[in-house]
Amino acid sequence: MSENADIVLDLKGLLCPMPIVKMAKAIKGIEIGQVIEAEASDPGVMADIPAWCKSTGNELVKMEKVEKTIKFWVRRVK
Amino acid sequence: MVDVNLYEGVSVANSNPNATKNKISMVVLSGDMDKVMAAFLIGTGAAASGMEVTMFFTFWGFKAIQKNGTKPGTTMMGKMLAMMNRGGLDAIGPSRLNMGGMGRWMFKKMMDEKGAASLEELYQIAVELDVKMMPCDMTMQMMEYGMETMRDNVTDPVGVAAFIQEAAESKITLFI
Repeated sequence: MSENADIVLDLKGLLCPMPIVKMAKAIKGIEIGQVIEAEASDPGVMADIPAWCKSTGNELVKMEKVEKTIKFWVRRVK
Repeated sequence: MVDVNLYEGVSVANSNPNATKNKISMVVLSGDMDKVMAAFLIGTGAAASGMEVTMFFTFWGFKAIQKNGTKPGTTMMGKMLAMMNRGGLDAIGPSRLNMGGMGRWMFKKMMDEKGAASLEELYQIAVELDVKMMPCDMTMQMMEYGMETMRDNVTDPVGVAAFIQEAAESKITLFI
């Protein structure tokens, strides 16, 4: 939508800590500068994904909530 | 520059050159399902956030790193203890409302239905993310756990000095 994603990750139905565990694995598989697009259903990711990006030094490009689905884009920075 | 990069692509954004390692150390004293779950959840979450993680298991906490179905104990008392204190992630129940195993069953079912990771899954992720799991040597001797009753991924038994060394270089230390 707003970003061209290099990979798309389905995190729907997963609860803490699985979304960040999957993000940590996925980010290993992309190059610096590439973007992960992900969809989740656990409202906890609204707080957890920004926090994870901050601790890992990756960039949260955008995050939006449409009804019960949370969609976000993260760019690998390092 | 203290910049632990255990995980390619996941490293510290704002590491302080004067700070200790980007690391978390935990003592896991409890062997209850709920508390062990909290310990593994924090451990895997920290590892996924690029931190080095050490978990030091002692006393009841041994139940979390005991192989399912194993029976520790060499003396009569040790064997009796093992019988009344069943370990292994499959066997441990919640600290409250266990009601002779009903609580364990109920929580497992609810976690499964809601999509929460099971203890076994969390353990496997911890292994995958290189979480260091250290068994307490004193507990091992005293409660008569042999190394053959321990899960494959735990380190050799260590003493308190080893934990203190880990804790001293950690940003976060927890006692569970």
